[in-house]
Amino acid sequence: MATTAATVHAAAPSESGLWSWLTTVDHKRIGVLYGVTAFIFFLIGGIEALMIRIQLMRPDMNFVSPDVYNQLFTMHATTMIFLAVMPLSASFFNFLIPLMIGARDVAFPRLNAFSYWVFLFGAIFINLSFVLGGAPDAGWFGYSNLTSKQYSPGHGVDFWAIGLQILGIASLAAGFNFIVTIINLRAPGMKFMRMPVFVWMTLVTSFLIILAFPVITVALVFLTFDRTVGTNFFIPTAGADPLLWQHLFWLFGHPEVYILILPAMGIVSEVLPTFSRKPLFGYPVIVYSGIFIGFMGWGVWSHHMFSVGLGPLADSFFALSTMLIAIPTGVKIFNWLGTMWGGRLELKSAMLFAIGFIILFTMGGLSGFMHASPPADLQQTDTYFVVAHIHYVLFGGAIMGIFAGIYYWFPKMTGRMLDERLGKWHFWLQMIAMNLAFFPMHFVGLLGMPRRVYTYSANMGFNEMNFWSTVGALMIAPAILIFMWNVLSSVRNGKPAGNDPWGGATLEWAIPSPPPVYNFASVPEVKSLDPLWHPESREAALASNQMHGPIHMPPSSHWPLVSALGVAMLLSGILFGWYVGIPGLILMVVGIYCWAFEPCD
Amino acid sequence: MSGTAVAAHDSGHEAHPTSTGLNSRKMVFWAFIGSECMLFGSLIATYLVYRGRDKVGPHPHEILNIPFTSFSAFVLLMSSLTMVLALAAVQRGNKRGTQIWLAATALLGMVFVGGQCYEFTEFYLEGLKLQTNLFGATFYVLTGFHGTHVTVGVIWLWSLFILAGKGKLGPGQSLDVEICGLYWHFVDVVWIAIFTLIYLIQ
Repeated sequence: MATTAATVHAAAPSESGLWSWLTTVDHKRIGVLYGVTAFIFFLIGGIEALMIRIQLMRPDMNFVSPDVYNQLFTMHATTMIFLAVMPLSASFFNFLIPLMIGARDVAFPRLNAFSYWVFLFGAIFINLSFVLGGAPDAGWFGYSNLTSKQYSPGHGVDFWAIGLQILGIASLAAGFNFIVTIINLRAPGMKFMRMPVFVWMTLVTSFLIILAFPVITVALVFLTFDRTVGTNFFIPTAGADPLLWQHLFWLFGHPEVYILILPAMGIVSEVLPTFSRKPLFGYPVIVYSGIFIGFMGWGVWSHHMFSVGLGPLADSFFALSTMLIAIPTGVKIFNWLGTMWGGRLELKSAMLFAIGFIILFTMGGLSGFMHASPPADLQQTDTYFVVAHIHYVLFGGAIMGIFAGIYYWFPKMTGRMLDERLGKWHFWLQMIAMNLAFFPMHFVGLLGMPRRVYTYSANMGFNEMNFWSTVGALMIAPAILIFMWNVLSSVRNGKPAGNDPWGGATLEWAIPSPPPVYNFASVPEVKSLDPLWHPESREAALASNQMHGPIHMPPSSHWPLVSALGVAMLLSGILFGWYVGIPGLILMVVGIYCWAFEPCD
Repeated sequence: MSGTAVAAHDSGHEAHPTSTGLNSRKMVFWAFIGSECMLFGSLIATYLVYRGRDKVGPHPHEILNIPFTSFSAFVLLMSSLTMVLALAAVQRGNKRGTQIWLAATALLGMVFVGGQCYEFTEFYLEGLKLQTNLFGATFYVLTGFHGTHVTVGVIWLWSLFILAGKGKLGPGQSLDVEICGLYWHFVDVVWIAIFTLIYLIQ
């Protein structure tokens, strides 16, 4: 592109229009794209959840067939994990990390755009399965040999395996980018131990992503080979061990749960100090705990496999390592409580969600600790008790944390305040509905109601609790609708936010809302942790709004979009045929070469 | 677009000082290699877990040709030497040397890939297909992944060769060669692991 100038001066107005969004490399715009897309998939996953709950509202219901029910619970989990919570976290990484470390963009802006587009195409691909012969129905964990051609003859599992492969590329690209951005693009004076906790948690998460995703990549390659060319990787009659899948899957899958929760922990660690008017209690301990959780996450995967019968030695080891991981988690909870203790609490919506996070995540952590013990786990595994646990940590934990982040940073992202009254309605409705939906599942699970079974008989004693669970789930819908209404009306008519509506401590509050395209007019100097809360470092941070000379910003580019489309077409060609795969390969190669030599003719 | 514009574009990225003083592109490549270790680690672990579980042959000891593969392993290791020489040449601004050693590295890589194609064909004719047994599946997928990496490296090396021929690969761009070299050496090291674990320790 001869028209893309290598330098954009600060005076240039920010572009608008569809093309500018398709070719953007601005981390803030990519953050918005990630957020909006992920929220749409959050709604789709939510609708799937509601259909599951309606089916379970009464015994022997016929709302959906068993077949559709299998597709619903598989896609609900896959969607919420890979298409909602992970990209919602990625949205915060994108928007906030450069602002928090005092950088103008990420280390590789075009790789960042590539990551988003690959995610979008992967997400669309996996959902195409609904209209192309049936969605994946073997569970989000895809245990072998349920996924073999013999037991899953349709194409649902192929969509799942290839779709996750495409999404993995997006996550890996983002992981590499944020590792280098955080290590290498910090403003002068932003030492590692002055980085906001959210930045730390993003760093740990990024390391988990780049080390965990290759493992699932290999497992999915094996599965795809088994299903497309007839290899025997997971076929027991040929001597294969189906447990290999479980080991590879959970070796990825357990770090994955920390990939889901650590960003939310980071968000809460930013929100609590601001609304307690107090620095974070025990900052280094929270940071070290986060790193420790990241390391330990690699040594606990077999606690998902206690019922397999790995033997007393393996069971003991994984039980102990799982119990050990509760210590840094508990340390963090006490640090958050210590932050609030004696603080001047301001119960804004963001703070309510952060407090909700602590309460609900602690409950989820306690039930998690219960199935760290193999004998207890043998009773609980595959029952609704585990469903209760994961929803307390992922809905009560990750999603509440993400909402805390949205209420906290929405003014920074848009320049407008969200309505506090609607925000509080949203919080209380969601908090009550969430507990109504998931708390009874503990009991119904201990009574023996199995997961992933499409119905139950009336005489099992499950009726009332399932009814109330469904009522709770249905109440989450209006809570989310209130939130959506709040966002849509506030974007246009919200109160102007100003630079720093909450009196935050971190660098992003030093600059205008929404931030200009270059973020900081001059690179800020960081003199302390919580730079805006110390008089002398505050002055240095605010000085970053003064312009000194021209600013070089990376030019926009359409090659990330082209390369991403190529990658997605190449991989989906495994399923659709060579006439999709070969053009995809060509697009990918052309895209990567033009990207590497940009600007090229 | 002229070469100067390319240079301006590149320097626009590299002129920024970084927090650690390390170049960002080099750092991301080290992270990428870390990620690749997990990929090959999983593939190799699968091979080891499944070793000796086959009910039908051909089994590894009946089919692996150690003298032949020792030769191609030697060829690949020599390519690491020529890669180092290519980097040394580009850093000195020696255009002819850069081209010679990049081409030598790429050619040695192609000999290796050619050897692998020959090996795969031989095994296929002797009755080892992907679908035959677990050895076939794990062996072909592991070595196939490695061969694909070598092939990508060869394409990369020829791209650098063409750039050098156009005079766009001077000492200022030596990082481009260095990063390609990092990748190339990594792929070599992986082969040492594969060769030892699959061919030598049966």
